Amino acid sequence: MALLDVRNLNVRFETPDGAVEAVSDLSFTLEKGECLGIVGESGSGKSQTFMAAMGLLADNGKASGEVLFDGVNLLTAGEKTLNTIRGNKASMVFQDHMTSLTPHMRVGRQLTEVLVRHRGMDAATARDAVIAMLKRVQIPEPARRAEMYPHELSGGLRQRVMIAMSLLCSPALLIADEPTTALDVTVQALILDLIREVKEKEHTSVIMITHDLGVVAGIADRVAVMYAGRIVELGDVNQIFTAPQHPYTQGLLACTPRLDDVLGKSLKTIPGQPPNLQRLPPGCAFAPRCTYRIAACAARPPLRPAAGGGLKACVRDDIQPVRAAS
Amino acid sequence: MTAPLLSIRDLKVHFPVRTGRVIVAKYQSLRAVDGVSFDLAPGETLGIVGESGCGKTTLGRAVLQLLPVTSGAVTWLGREMTSLDAAAVKAARENMQIVFQDPLASLDPRMTAGDIIAEPLRNYHPELSRAEIARRVGELMEQVGLLPGMVNRYPHEFSGGQCQRIGIARAMILKPKLVICDEPVSALDVSVRAQVINLLKDLQKTFGLSMLFISHDLAVVRHISDRVLVLYLGKVMELATRESLYQAPRHPYTQALMSAVPIPDPAKERAKPRIILAGDLPSPLNPPSGCVFRTRCPNATAVCAEKEPVRESSAPGHDVWCHHWRE
Repeated sequence: MALLDVRNLNVRFETPDGAVEAVSDLSFTLEKGECLGIVGESGSGKSQTFMAAMGLLADNGKASGEVLFDGVNLLTAGEKTLNTIRGNKASMVFQDHMTSLTPHMRVGRQLTEVLVRHRGMDAATARDAVIAMLKRVQIPEPARRAEMYPHELSGGLRQRVMIAMSLLCSPALLIADEPTTALDVTVQALILDLIREVKEKEHTSVIMITHDLGVVAGIADRVAVMYAGRIVELGDVNQIFTAPQHPYTQGLLACTPRLDDVLGKSLKTIPGQPPNLQRLPPGCAFAPRCTYRIAACAARPPLRPAAGGGLKACVRDDIQPVRAAS
Repeated sequence: MTAPLLSIRDLKVHFPVRTGRVIVAKYQSLRAVDGVSFDLAPGETLGIVGESGCGKTTLGRAVLQLLPVTSGAVTWLGREMTSLDAAAVKAARENMQIVFQDPLASLDPRMTAGDIIAEPLRNYHPELSRAEIARRVGELMEQVGLLPGMVNRYPHEFSGGQCQRIGIARAMILKPKLVICDEPVSALDVSVRAQVINLLKDLQKTFGLSMLFISHDLAVVRHISDRVLVLYLGKVMELATRESLYQAPRHPYTQALMSAVPIPDPAKERAKPRIILAGDLPSPLNPPSGCVFRTRCPNATAVCAEKEPVRESSAPGHDVWCHHWRE
């Protein structure tokens, strides 16, 4: 049985300007010890999928479908059940390390609270465990840092504190939502090493949500590419990067500047703007920007098996997988 | 060689920071930019890279005299800027414009796109007729890829990429000789980022612009720069032509930065060697003695703590500030 099994997930937000469907008919599974990369741009629904899964949607949001975690449907489970799972069996690391920690509480106490609450540890044992964990995420002078308030730590250290917090209960599932986006590259490399190590040593399943294809290339086993609330392509990491099937995936790979590409006159681009979720076209949401558009794109393409393995949501079969220049 | 458009010599920008207790005020200087020198030729793009806190934004603002310069020289077209009075600085700025990182926050929400783009023109050329201003705004909007019908719209009606195009149009309307781009694409989505990079490259060619392109993203800088300057803790580590820097970085900091950039290719990304930097960025209030990078440098020796490295040329057009670059 898969650790996480998402079936036909829909997430809708009621706004003063009408309802917005942030996630539509999303299905995927995650095995134990596997890392699934979720790639997409702003508004693609990549974050809201997991906010819904963890019961963290804003008040005007509503999720339907099924999110089975270890067999339990998280969407119908009550607050009480969710509270025994969140931060314990499944934990989340957010992008914004400044606002995700309580500003008026010393970081050590925020961390011990997790163990006292979920593991019933006494304060002294919890404190030792916390300092050991801070050490493990390579925070220098862990005992001194534990006495500090979040604003006294640098961005890289705060993000490591967040990761330490998420790992305290040895979760089966770690959801990392753009964990390194606000960080410098050298710090990003350290954080990714850490997540990779947890995945390999403890067989933690990881969801890595990011807009950065390079991050996914280094850590994911499988990759789901999202656009306008739907998965447009899902496949093995090597297939996604060497033989992308969907025109959007191909476009994303081609327009990403990289250190190892051949310098040409100008970068390849995807024409147009990311879609407005309130005014989506009835068929394929990517069609207005797609160079392969045909009449059949006016109907919504289902996610179906692609020739090169994996799944794609594109009606055409005659698109050559284009390998990005390298 | 043609005379440089802009010449920076030993530029220092220090900020006073109050560090004392409540009663006894004590001030220390935070060395945001600490002895930077470079020349910028007409039509050239110089990339300025470094991590947060390295002083790259401060450097850009000091060039425009938006910040008080502590010491050093900023020579613009042969004139020393730091000693000019306010009116002369304003006159010089007609030829030096800036594009900011946050596309939406850098536009006045109560002004229409047309007014935002026209503002510098009204500011510097009050003699122009409304029709002439409208004509120039329309022409430039077309050049940056905005539709004429968008002229009366407000910033919140545009996407991030379109807002950045408005910001670029505002910087270009005076036909400046220099544009300072401070992280112009960092806030944009991947699919829009490439469009804006191409736009900047095209405009540079059309107008014969010089650019200071400030960014933390080494891959983006590689695509747009002729030369690249690597900053760390307010000091230059390496300054080289693009080809030379990316093919053979000499400074250990540049090497570490490059090795940390993820490559969107699973096989390469997982196989590539990585240089791990020890520890955290030291405080710019109290930078290390000698070479400021030595506390995190894998090659540091005793000499690095004693002596500050001087500029050495490792190849034509490639300068490096390191005691051990030959090893």
